[in-house]
Amino acid sequence: MKRYSVLAIAREALRGHLGWDRAWASPAPRAHYDVVIVGAGGHGLATAYYLGKNHGIRNVAIVEKGWLGGGNTGRNTTIIRSNYLQDPSAAIYEKSRSLYETLSQELNYNVMFSPRGVMMLAQTQHEVRGYQRTAHANALQGVATAYIGPQKVKELCPIIHIDGPRYPVLGALWQPRGGTARHDAVAWGYARACSDMGMDIIQQCEVTAVRQSQGRVTGISTTKGDIACDKLGIVVAGHSGELARMAGFRLPVESLALQALVSEPIKPCMDVVVMANTVHGYMSQSDKGEMVIGGGTDGFNNFTQRGSFHHIEETVRALIETFPMLSRLKMLRQWGGIVDMTGDRSPIISPTPLGNCFINCGWGTGGFKAIPGSGWAMADLMARGTPGPLAAAFGLDRFRAGRFIDESVAAGVAH
Amino acid sequence: MLTLHCPHCGTLAAETELTAGGEAHLKRFGPGSDDDSFEGYLFMRENPKGVHFERWRHSYGCGKWFIAARCTATLEVFGTYPAQSSAPPQHIRDAITARRPGWGWRDLA
Repeated sequence: MKRYSVLAIAREALRGHLGWDRAWASPAPRAHYDVVIVGAGGHGLATAYYLGKNHGIRNVAIVEKGWLGGGNTGRNTTIIRSNYLQDPSAAIYEKSRSLYETLSQELNYNVMFSPRGVMMLAQTQHEVRGYQRTAHANALQGVATAYIGPQKVKELCPIIHIDGPRYPVLGALWQPRGGTARHDAVAWGYARACSDMGMDIIQQCEVTAVRQSQGRVTGISTTKGDIACDKLGIVVAGHSGELARMAGFRLPVESLALQALVSEPIKPCMDVVVMANTVHGYMSQSDKGEMVIGGGTDGFNNFTQRGSFHHIEETVRALIETFPMLSRLKMLRQWGGIVDMTGDRSPIISPTPLGNCFINCGWGTGGFKAIPGSGWAMADLMARGTPGPLAAAFGLDRFRAGRFIDESVAAGVAH
Repeated sequence: MLTLHCPHCGTLAAETELTAGGEAHLKRFGPGSDDDSFEGYLFMRENPKGVHFERWRHSYGCGKWFIAARCTATLEVFGTYPAQSSAPPQHIRDAITARRPGWGWRDLA
């Protein structure tokens, strides 16, 4: 792999840009790998990367039905934060956020991490108490957040209307080192680094069966032939239930459509990320100037990657109350991603009933921010066979045991 | 937007009139049940990419519950029937078979 650097750009500029390599190879699958990971989204690629980097396991294939980073990795609102209430969540999301800080240098690929600050607006008394509690919890967890008042909110984000008639802004939970990153670049950067370690990224290759013998996985059947493996990782977000069905176990997961949209590009007007959970919308401004807006999920199972229009309407209507200047903006594009929701709205990073098969799913509406930390924890689990400290609380067995990591009550919304 | 035919009041209801109620035909378990049964009832969900049965309430209409047979991959609706049914009626199963030969859902086919 040729390193990207200022010198490389200068050299290529003089040579007419003829010397750039492809960022990753697209080989045909071999017959056997030590580890096969299903799903070349951010989480799957990050898992492969940390398997190679932290554990020296490099005979790895990452199998992808579509194209890499083409699922939810390319369909989110790119928000990165770690201001969670529960300790296990704060630990893994803060690990992830801290890895994002140096990810561009680590991967030699500009993921455009922008720690511009994330604020979650408190617009009811209930939220004021909730976020004050979260700020205290974060202080104990070592996550840098603060509860700020409405004047500070207005100072940080002047386009907010803090005296709205229905939901005035009463304060906010502020995480100054939260922010955004370029979502595609995260997948591309990990893919390039994986390919450089000799791993095979096999795109346009759909898994059709999980082959097993005596309670262990022996390999997978795909549209590009059979691939044998010693260990299998399933990291497929919305289609986790389908893969689990092929493997012969059940998951406490339902797949729903989550929508987002962007406006026409405008001049810079907002240099923080704002989440308004009571009215249910969140927004940031992209480097191109578009307002990037995320809303809620539909209430019913759906695999179509498009959601109901009335949810978009509700999201925009709610945001206009808090950001009146939006009312004159045209919305350009809308899209949906299929998110896998668990009962407690926390992820699953876990061994499965099949001894050498592991699953990483259930990130629901908040997977992008977790990509590096999730990959780190999943790689640790797959290399050692037992969950490490980051993944220990996120086992499949927690539902049966009643040990929920209840972010659905803690966050109350999409996260 | 999804539109479902309410089998109680007979109107074609738009999604905004309806509330989704999750997986249909759940077998409920109460005190004294074992952990497996509770886990299955409370958390394990059918999540097919294809034929699915789910409960809906006509909240802003007649207020009654019904069950819809629907394809989660295409949003096609095969039919609706009252929630008082313990299993999908034959005409609903036939409608699904006509459109999705070889379909299966839990132990139904």
